[in-house]
Formats: sequence, C-alpha cells, structure tokens
Amino acid sequence: MGKVVNIQPVTRIEGHAKVAIHLDDAGNVADTRLHIQTLRGFEKFVEGRPVEEMPRIVCHICGICPWSHHLASSKAGDACFGVTPPPAAVKLRRLMQMIAYVGDKLLHFYFLAAPDFLIGPDADYAVRNVVGILSAAPDIAKQVVHYRHLTAQILENFAGRAIHPTFSIPGGVSKPMTEAERLEMLDHAKGLLDFSKFTIKFAKENVFAKYMDAIKALGVIKVGYLGLVTDDGTLDFYDGKLRMMRPDGTYDDFADDAYLDHIGEHVEPWSYQKFPYAKTWGDGPVMDLDNPVGVYRTNCLARINVCDKMATPLAQTELEEFRDNFGRPAHLTLLYHYARLIELLQCAEHTVELLEDPEITSPDIHTKVVPRTGRGVGCVEAPRGTLIHDYESNDEGLISRANLIVGTTHNNAAMNLSVKQAAKELIKDGTYDQAILNKVEMAIRAYDP
Amino acid sequence: MPVTVVEEWLNSCSGCEISILNIGDTLLDLLPELNFVHIPVLMDHKYYGQTGESEVMEIPEADIGIVSGGVRNEEHKLVLQETRKKTNILIALGSCAAHGGIPAQANMYTNEDMFEKLFRGSPSTDPASDPDHPDVPKWLDSCLALDEVVDVDVTIPGCPPHPDWIAEAITSLLEGKTLWSLPERSVCDTCPVIREQKSAGGPVKRCFEKLEFNPEEGLDKMRCINEQGFLCLGPVTLAGCAGKKGVPRCIQARTPCRGCFGPIRKGARPMVDMMGAMSSVGLDPKTVVDRRAIMNRYIGGHGNLRPLPARPVRR
Repeated sequence: MGKVVNIQPVTRIEGHAKVAIHLDDAGNVADTRLHIQTLRGFEKFVEGRPVEEMPRIVCHICGICPWSHHLASSKAGDACFGVTPPPAAVKLRRLMQMIAYVGDKLLHFYFLAAPDFLIGPDADYAVRNVVGILSAAPDIAKQVVHYRHLTAQILENFAGRAIHPTFSIPGGVSKPMTEAERLEMLDHAKGLLDFSKFTIKFAKENVFAKYMDAIKALGVIKVGYLGLVTDDGTLDFYDGKLRMMRPDGTYDDFADDAYLDHIGEHVEPWSYQKFPYAKTWGDGPVMDLDNPVGVYRTNCLARINVCDKMATPLAQTELEEFRDNFGRPAHLTLLYHYARLIELLQCAEHTVELLEDPEITSPDIHTKVVPRTGRGVGCVEAPRGTLIHDYESNDEGLISRANLIVGTTHNNAAMNLSVKQAAKELIKDGTYDQAILNKVEMAIRAYDP
Repeated sequence: MPVTVVEEWLNSCSGCEISILNIGDTLLDLLPELNFVHIPVLMDHKYYGQTGESEVMEIPEADIGIVSGGVRNEEHKLVLQETRKKTNILIALGSCAAHGGIPAQANMYTNEDMFEKLFRGSPSTDPASDPDHPDVPKWLDSCLALDEVVDVDVTIPGCPPHPDWIAEAITSLLEGKTLWSLPERSVCDTCPVIREQKSAGGPVKRCFEKLEFNPEEGLDKMRCINEQGFLCLGPVTLAGCAGKKGVPRCIQARTPCRGCFGPIRKGARPMVDMMGAMSSVGLDPKTVVDRRAIMNRYIGGHGNLRPLPARPVRR
C-alpha cells in the first residue's frame, strides 16, 4: 500500500472528524475513511436521571440543534408517562422548533457552506470563510448576521434560552404565550420569511445555477432515505410516521416506536460513530461504492425525497420545480444545499402560520403527569436528520434505559461513501493539492454534519 | 494591528461557538480587530499542514487562545497543550472547559461501564468490541476541565456563556488587560422573584409539577421557586446567565436553575451549600431525587463526580 493523505481536522462542520485517503502504489485511491473522533456517551450517563430532567440534559448533545433534541426528549417523556400535551403546548413546541430551524439553516448556508461557492472551492483557506464573505458581499453578510441573531433573540426573549432550552417538559411546556408576545413575534417572523424568500432566490441564481457541473459530480452516491411524514405524506419536522425509501424510490412506512424492526447499528473499529443501516434491505451495511447495501441518508435531501408534498404553499412551489429538474428521489449529494433552502421556506412560512393561530395563546399548556413504568419513543426531524429518543422509565419515573440514534449518525455510512466517491474522482496518479482536498471535504459539508 | 486569535473545541457541542455568533451586530464591530488564524468551525486551517504532510501537529501562534469543551481523550489533550504553548492568553470558554460540563456526568461511571453500554448494551446496536484504531483517540480516565491539564488565564463560564461576557472579555483583552472575570454574585442576587425565607415544606417537588405564576405578570410577582418547594440551584450558582441586563434565563422560562454557570467562587462546595440553603427555608434536601447528579450537573470535572455506588451522600 502507498501513502495515506490525511485531512485533519475536517473543517466548517459541527463536530470532530478526520479523513484518511489511502493511495495505492500508483497513487490512485485504494480506500478512504471518515473517522469520527469524539464520543460523549449520553446513553449511559442519563441512566437514573428523572425523565422530566431529560429534555434539559440531552439538548446538550448539540449546541446547534438543541431544540430538536429538547423536543424529541419531551415527546419520549410524554410517551413514558402516557400523556398527551394540550394543543397549545404542541403548537408552542413546534413554533420554537421552526424558529430555531430558520436560524440553523441560515447558519449552515451562509457561514459554513457558502464560502466554497461564493469565494470558490480553490481559494486560499485564509479567505475561504465567513470573514471572506463579509468582505466580498458585506450587505448580504450584515443581513445574515442580523437575521440569524434575531432567531436567537426571539427564542431567548420568550423561552429564556435559545441554546440549551428548558421550556418543554413532559406533558407540555413551562409557560403560555401572551397576546403581546405573539404580536411582537409575528412582526419578526414576517421579516424572517422575507429574508428566507430572498435566500432561496439568491442561491438559485448565484450558487446552484453556477455550480451545476460540480453538483452533478461531487460525492454522488445512490442510496436510500429516511424522514418523518404525516399520514398524508406531508413533510413534518415535529411528528408523524417514519418513511424509509429505497434507492429506487419505493418505500415502507412505520410507527416511530417500531424503529428497531427497521434500523440496526453497526460498529467499526475505526470510528466512534456507529453506522445505522436498513435492516430489511439485505445483509448490510456494506459500504461498497458500486453496490452499497442497507445504506440510507437523512437530513434535508432525505426529507425532500421521502415526502409527497410540502406543508406550505411557497415551499410546495419550490419542491415542484426541484422535482421537475432532479426527479424523485434526487441522489446528487450537493443538492442537500438546495433542499435545505426549500425547507427554510417551509419553516419560515409555518412560523407565521403558527403565530396567526389564535389557539397559540391558550393558557392550557400542560397535562398533569404521574411518574410510572413505561417506554416512550420520541422522534423529530432535526436539521441534520431524524432523531430517535427511546426511553424506558421505572416506577419512580427515572430512566432505566435510553437508546439514541441521532441526526448525523444516520449519515455516517453515506458520508463515508461520498468521501470515497469524491476522492476517487479527484485524486489520480498521486496528484492532489489543498483545493482537491477541500473538494473532498465539500462532499462531507453537504451533509451539514 | 488586529489581535491574532486561535479558537478550538474539544469535548463540546458547538453551543459556545453559536454563543459567539450571538454577539450579533456587535460582532461585526469586533471582527476587524480579531485576526483568526485557526478556528475549525469557520476556517480551513489544518493541524498537519494544508495537505496533511507534516508529522507534527501545529497550531499557529496567537495572542489569544479560546478553547471550549472539556478534555475527554488523548487528542483533546494534545490540541489543548499545543494551543497553550502557542498563545499568550488562554480563555476557557463555557462550563465544559471551566468545570467539565454535562459530558462530565460520565465521570459517575467507569470507562468500562460506559463502553459496555454503548457498544454492547444497546437494543439497536450489533454488539461489537470497543472501537480501537490509531485514528480514534483513546479516552482519558475521566472528563477533565481545562485547568486540570494546563494553566488557564481567563474563564468565561456558562452553558452557554452569555454573548455579553464573551464580547466584554475579548474587548478588555483587546484593550491590553490580561485578566477578566465575572463578579462573585449568585443567581439569586440577580433574580427578582418574591422571597419570604420559608417554604411550605414537604418532599421537594419534581419539575413535572406546576409552578404557580401569572404569565401576564413579571417575575417580580412570582414566588421564589425554592420557596414553592422545588429545587432551584440559584443560591449556589454564579450569576450572569442573562448577560448585563435581564433576569436569569431559566427563571425567565419559569423553570428552575440547574447551575450552568458553576460555583460562585473557586473552591466553593455547591452541593453542601445548596443543602444548607434548602434547610434554611424548611426543605429537606434528602428528598431531592437523583441529588448527586442534579447538584453536580455542570461541574463533574475536578473530581466532583466519581464512579461511586449511587447512594445518598451523608451530610
């Protein structure tokens, strides 16, 4: 075996990873690996904790999508205790999730992904970053900083904390919304919707149209997809059934608490992150580029593929245009960036809808709970993919067992395949440079890990 | 001349980095003064050269080093030591860096117990040996705060730290100061709720029970959460979660404090002090469910949490 080319750390992602590209004696790619290097072990250290404390513990899994973990955990807690939160509580949970999503999507597109497209994938690393964007497009950058920050301020003003919230608890939420709060938030929400409309238009003109060649080539793999949909197949971030789609577009739907029948997790000695796979698609997982088995993806491209339709009118128009161009399922990896912005639009539209719903200010925000022995599975869609929080509680309402499969973990096998595909396409005869290695990283960044 | 800055994250969640962005419009004024030379979340500088050829990990020299997250594995330790070596002033950002944070809850268990559960004790996982590979850094014996490994100059605690303090600390360093710290006040010192120095007594309530308040009224019209019979760690927690103005953030959500800013002063014993504070209003601390974990939620580093049998600690 020839040399190993290391990319360490993988940058402009939200975690700790290293890529090792193994070259053969001729300098061509023999194998690649994406090593996930950190492990915190939440599933173990939450054992013994009170179920009602869980939403404010597990939110710390991710400081970028704490609201998603917070809500998946609250739903698992509702189910452990066998309670249904009142409608206003569910609407407030959804509202918080949507506002957090808008901030997250602006963050990923402009701060993490855009430097590769607006500054250029070959540019010097010293300018290929958000500070470079500040110089290159100061007016847009100022608006991005403003609107992303606004999402945090809205959350904080109402729910106390934008990062690592405490607002949602088993049975409902901790406080109702007043009419004055609703009106103020609605005003801000309309501003966010306008900026979201601008963003997708801007990206279609300045990124997707210009980089179509790269989109058609970089990190492309053909695997399956997982995401939540409502009973009528609408994309939903908070609730619904799980839909698992094969690479050919056929799919199975199942209830979230049946996930163990459909999803297994494989361990490799070279990564702390496990490799979830579809159990019913043959003897997986096999991370073979030409013939992958059991590999599926989550996050926005997966959701856009598995849903029959979007929940809001502007997002639906965008989905139709997207499907006309790329089909269903769309497999091109860089289309994650496009799918992300279609979702941004749904989140911004849904935020306004929720705030225009008079029921959202109802004072009835909590259903009484009594600790009991139970099991609860809570699923929501986090920006980075489906969250599965599966808890068992004892008679005192303490966690006796917790199993978590979260966002980016689902994408582990697929990211490994995309890295392999990109490296094989780009590195030939031992020739590579920082620009080529950055393009390999772009295949990872699309997944927003 | 802008000040050069290195930013790194270790056993962390990215929340501290998002809190830096939450400085908001002020960040645009600060940025021209800061020359980031290494910050993995935003910039593509690599440890072993841009094409990975070097044998030695190298982080550029800088005036200020900002590190979030605790120290969980060998690589975190290496990155932290290299950052310390290359920077004049080292800032521990956030409660993981300052006290171990939530991931240091793992310190209640041995590494063997942790790995057994994660790789062989999960219903969805095909049981397997622990990951073991040169590119998967080995765990240390426990999850450590930064100052258990290197000297730290400035600590900005919080989970996450409030952007006001991040901006203030950086600004004061830009002005040439070498130290910055939060004033030693408790969350209660900044909390406007009504206190009568007594509670109704009875077992300490859990958070699925209802807090009494009128949502149309401010916190100054709500009774203290401890005095309503719940555990609120405000009395033993450093103030500052709401920044320079505003009320404590969890109380704003009408939920109790869980101590995310850590102890009020170095050497304090929050668990002992909290049990005293509860007794003084007529609550029995022995009735707090899962007391050891809850009272040390953010401060499991510094030996505060160890793999002991889970039984009540004697007062």
